[in-house]
Amino acid sequence: MSETNIQEQPITETESEPGSGRLIATLGIAGFFSGLILVGVYLFTLPMIQANRAQALERAIYLVLPGSTSFKALALGNGSLVPAEEVPAEKGGEEPARIFAGYDKAGKLVGFAIPAEEPGFQDIIAGIFGYSSGQQAIIGFEVLDSKETPGLGDKIKKDAGFQGNFQALAVTPEIIAVKKGEKRAANEVEAITGATISSKAVVRLLQKGVEKWKPAIEAYIQAQNQ
Amino acid sequence: MNQVQTTNRSAEEFLKGLWKENPVFVAVLGMCPTLAVTNTAINSLAMGLATAFVLVFSSLLVSSFRKLIPKQVRITAFIIIIATFVTVVDFMLAAIVPQVHKELGAFIALIVVNCLILGRQEAFSSKNPVGLAMADALGMSAGFTFALLSIGSIREILGSGSLFNIPLFGSGFEPWVIMVLPPGGFFTLGFLLLFFNWLQKRRKAQMRATPSTVKP
Repeated sequence: MSETNIQEQPITETESEPGSGRLIATLGIAGFFSGLILVGVYLFTLPMIQANRAQALERAIYLVLPGSTSFKALALGNGSLVPAEEVPAEKGGEEPARIFAGYDKAGKLVGFAIPAEEPGFQDIIAGIFGYSSGQQAIIGFEVLDSKETPGLGDKIKKDAGFQGNFQALAVTPEIIAVKKGEKRAANEVEAITGATISSKAVVRLLQKGVEKWKPAIEAYIQAQNQ
Repeated sequence: MNQVQTTNRSAEEFLKGLWKENPVFVAVLGMCPTLAVTNTAINSLAMGLATAFVLVFSSLLVSSFRKLIPKQVRITAFIIIIATFVTVVDFMLAAIVPQVHKELGAFIALIVVNCLILGRQEAFSSKNPVGLAMADALGMSAGFTFALLSIGSIREILGSGSLFNIPLFGSGFEPWVIMVLPPGGFFTLGFLLLFFNWLQKRRKAQMRATPSTVKP
């Protein structure tokens, strides 16, 4: 067995020193093949990763706009909402912020799905919420990404009681967080016991999102009705 | 060395990673993923398999090219090989199981610096033929995955009352939230280390009592 004869051969000091050319060549070749493999895998997986992202976004939009079956992406162009395709990418290639108008089977507007971000207890909480301008209310909320404490803060994703706050949450005069069991008005959100900071972050996320987009949405609906 | 001996040696190299030199319970290597992502059984299994993929393929390449890589640049070369496979795993998980990829987050990229992997290249794969290197890598991978899965299962059962997301107890069970939080990782690992050390001690004591047993 020739193979086993080589095993555990110690690298001795008497071995001739390889030239620097050989060292550079070894690392160069390794880097070249590494790059080749990475580009190949990247190109192979990119369409799948993009499809996953689009699917997750689509699922979230239909969840926060109950009854919607189709949607249209909108973005701010010259101060008013226009189809997202018509807005050129910002400098640096960043996509402009988008919201999504959801329609039911009959083609009637259900509401707007608005993505928003807000610092939570651990890290940024990214969420998307459904806003109905007819009801002046939030009609659904989903967490897209969060690193809140498992078992406590991450209840903002899973807790049915907390999620129940967002079926018809009035946005006027403003959304406020109250302690569990103390919800009296339509604009109040019952916070999760033991996760007050995360709950308040969600309330801020909603409030800021509404403030940012409400004027543009109202102008958009008026323009559509004319 | 004849065929039988080679097979025996391979089996030995495989088994040592699983038990006698278990990377987590005996060598206490790769603590970052061991503590950080073992809050559920699924995450533990995914991290174990991702690490296994990187370790096995890195060992394969390092062992195959061990005579071509000059010793002066060997660590750099090993890291290039390891980092390549880690990035491949990162992309593949994002494409195939996006949910798991999101849960594991930055810890996938951190497989690069798992000292279990670089350690095996330096201590074993770079000095042994491909067959033995594979046996060693597979054994270490199996041992690592087994350790992570044990910790993850215990933490999920106690901390969430479920295993692989299947609820185990009725609604009367109040989960020990601390078990899925970072301290739970330390508690579980501590108790498991205690348990494995106790097992080993007991075995040694038994061997001393019955010296006729040749194989440990």
